[in-house]
Order: sequence, then C-alpha cells, then structure tokens
Amino acid sequence: MKRFTRGVRHRIELTLNGLKRTGHCEPRMLLSDFLRQELGATGVHIGCEHGVCGACTVRINGIAQRSCLSLAVVAEGQDVRTVESLAGAEGSLSDLQTAFRRHHALQCGFCTAGILMSASEFLERWPEPTERQVREMLSGHLCRCTGYTPIVAAILAVAAERRKQQLER
Amino acid sequence: MKPAAFDYIRCDSADEAVALLAEYGDDARVLAGGQSLMPMLNMRVAQTKMLLDISRAADLAVTRVADGVLSVRAAVTQAAVEWRPTLVDEVPLLAQAFPHLGHVQTRNRGTVCGSIAHADPSAELPLCLAMLGGEVVLRSRTDRRTLPAEQFFRGALSTARQPAEIVEEVRFPLARGGERYAYAEVAMRHGDFAIVGLAAAVSAAEIRIGVGGVADRPWIQRWPRLANDELDAALNQLAWDLGARDDLHASGAYRRHLVRTLGRKLIEELRR
Repeated sequence: MKRFTRGVRHRIELTLNGLKRTGHCEPRMLLSDFLRQELGATGVHIGCEHGVCGACTVRINGIAQRSCLSLAVVAEGQDVRTVESLAGAEGSLSDLQTAFRRHHALQCGFCTAGILMSASEFLERWPEPTERQVREMLSGHLCRCTGYTPIVAAILAVAAERRKQQLER
Repeated sequence: MKPAAFDYIRCDSADEAVALLAEYGDDARVLAGGQSLMPMLNMRVAQTKMLLDISRAADLAVTRVADGVLSVRAAVTQAAVEWRPTLVDEVPLLAQAFPHLGHVQTRNRGTVCGSIAHADPSAELPLCLAMLGGEVVLRSRTDRRTLPAEQFFRGALSTARQPAEIVEEVRFPLARGGERYAYAEVAMRHGDFAIVGLAAAVSAAEIRIGVGGVADRPWIQRWPRLANDELDAALNQLAWDLGARDDLHASGAYRRHLVRTLGRKLIEELRR
C-alpha cells in the first residue's frame, strides 16, 4: 500500500521514453499535466481532458491510453512513451512519421501526436490491418483538418511497407 | 477540467482495498481503470476525499473460465477480455458488443467490473451481463455476497453496492448450446454512448431481447417463439413499455422506432 496526501507535492519517478525521470505532483495532478509541466514532454497535447479527443494518448507499459484519464501517481514506476520517443537519432523520422508526411496525414498537427502513439501500438498488434480496423482504431481520435482519409492511407502504407521488408529479409 | 483535491492510496490487494473501504465508506471512491470516474472527477461531476486505486492489486487481475461462467475480477481491462482468442466461443454476445464500447484506447485501460459498477443505462457491459443472467460478486471486509445482475442494477448510475463493498468479480454465463446471440446499437458516432443498444438471444424454446439506453437500467424481455406478425406486436409493446423519453440525443419516438426496427432485424438474423 502506498499513500499520497492531498495538498502535498510528492516526488514521483517513472520511465519516460526509456529514461528514468522524476518530478513532483499532488495526488490530483493528471498524468498529461505531469508529463508536460514537470517532465517537459510537450508533445503530449491536451484537448478535451475527458477522454474524447485522443490528443493526449500515450503508451503506458506499451499500451495506448489517455493520459488525461490517468494520474501521475497512478503512473508511478511505469514505462511511459510519448511522441518524443518515435524519432530516431538526430531527429530522423520513423517510418510511421515519414508516411504521415508523405500522405499529408496532418495539417495543423494538434491531434497527430496522439494518433501516432495509437497507430504505433496498433501496428504492432495488427501488422496486417484492414481499412475497417484502422478506421475503428482512429474512431478514438478527433481530427478536424484531414477528414481522416490520408491518415488511413498513411497507416495502411506503413503496414504494407513493413510487410514487404519482412518478406525481403 | 482538473479534479478537486483528494488523498490517494494505491492498494496492493483486495484485502487492503476492503479494509480501507470499511474505514472510509462513502468518503472513498474506488479507481480501477478510471475511464468513467476520471472524466467525472475532471469535470467535477464527482468529487471524493479519498481515491482507492485497485488497478495494481494482483489478486484482482484474474480472468478464468470455470463452472459454466467466464469470471472477470476487478482489475482486468476490457481489452484483456476482448482479445481472448476464445471469447467468441465462450461469450459470443460480449465479443459482438466490445467493438461498440468506447474506443480501443479507452478499452485498453477501462475495466469490465468498473463499467458494471458505474451502471450507465446506455452501457454495453451491464446490458450483456443482465441479458445473459450473469452475477456480481460484492465483497466487504467481513462479507462476500453474490447478486444476480437484475438485483444489482437499481437505476441510472445506481446499484446494490454498499459503500464498504467493492465489485470484486462479475460472472458471464458461457454460451448455451442451441442458443444464438446478436448485438447491435445506434449511437451518434462510433464509440459514443448508445441511443439504443440491443442484445438478442434466440433458441428453440424462446426469444430474449435486452435493451439498453432507454429505461434507467438494462431491460430484459422474454417471449416464447413468436410468429412474424406476433413479433411485430410484441416489439411494439416492448417499445412502449420502456417509457422512452426525449433528451438531447434523441426523441422518445425515435428510440421506440429503433427498438422496433433493430429488434426485428436482430431476431430475424438469428432465426435464419
């Protein structure tokens, strides 16, 4: 059992994008705010703060979920990955990010960070998704720019490309 | 959109959780996946002095199939049940209902027992549990009792759970041979709260239909096998019995229409 008292800023440690990080929070601090304000992971975007828009989606222990519907204290000791984890050394884009750019799957980019985190988990779980499966996964995200079609195309293209590379290996 | 202040305790076991609930009762809220409770805390529709987190209680992270039921304990996520490769044979109604339940990202975190305990009238899991004649296991520090779903759900967001109890486990009866199941719903957008959710089960002996989103709790209706014209009349009577009301999302008349048309479609599919 572990207790955190209200009104007191507690020291919390978690793993963010592979590095052990610490910050301070009251029990009521949302994980999304903790990641942005305490740890500087401003790739976590905050839209609705009640789980509808999907912009704040991160991966906790590998699983894509809303950081606005979790607390920093809940995530103590867990492995958290944000959009900052996707790019490689010196800012080289991942295949998923490259496909989003190529397919014009973003305009303003606000929703993109969350969608990338959902899509990265989704493609690990379903390496050969159907368009319907992609659209169902995307139903957990709101995008007001693209009309979703280019996002679907980008995700399907990554799946096809990864499959091709695996066959050639 | 930030929760008001509370104390937070992370419980390592169900024993710890019920001991704390015995102490704090109504002043505490149980946090499992938080996909209903956290939005309510964020919007301050709900406030609590104490949040008891049971999501890491190892003895509550158990799913098993035994004695004719799929039992799911309180820390098991919806996704963990949805992705059981055997679910479609074990509880086919659940396998059909899960895709309608929120979104992948919320099912990844939200728990089965949490949705049952929350008892939203339009929620899929309470409807499925009531439809299948499932049970809810309630546990306090000193006692454990098992209630049939129909006695557990008392009204909108209202259940038979007492302040010192946790919903420890829910039990979904396994598919019965010779019975076929179907689920359908209409919502404004995929994953939104259902305007009407419908579950149907058809066997040689009877037709059962369950309706969510209209009355203040899941409504289950049983009929013997009906001829086609009798079915229309029975569905119409059911549509009126539910007492549908107008709200922001849909009129009562539209809800009655959905009960009649979706009900007929589901039952006809199952009879084929």
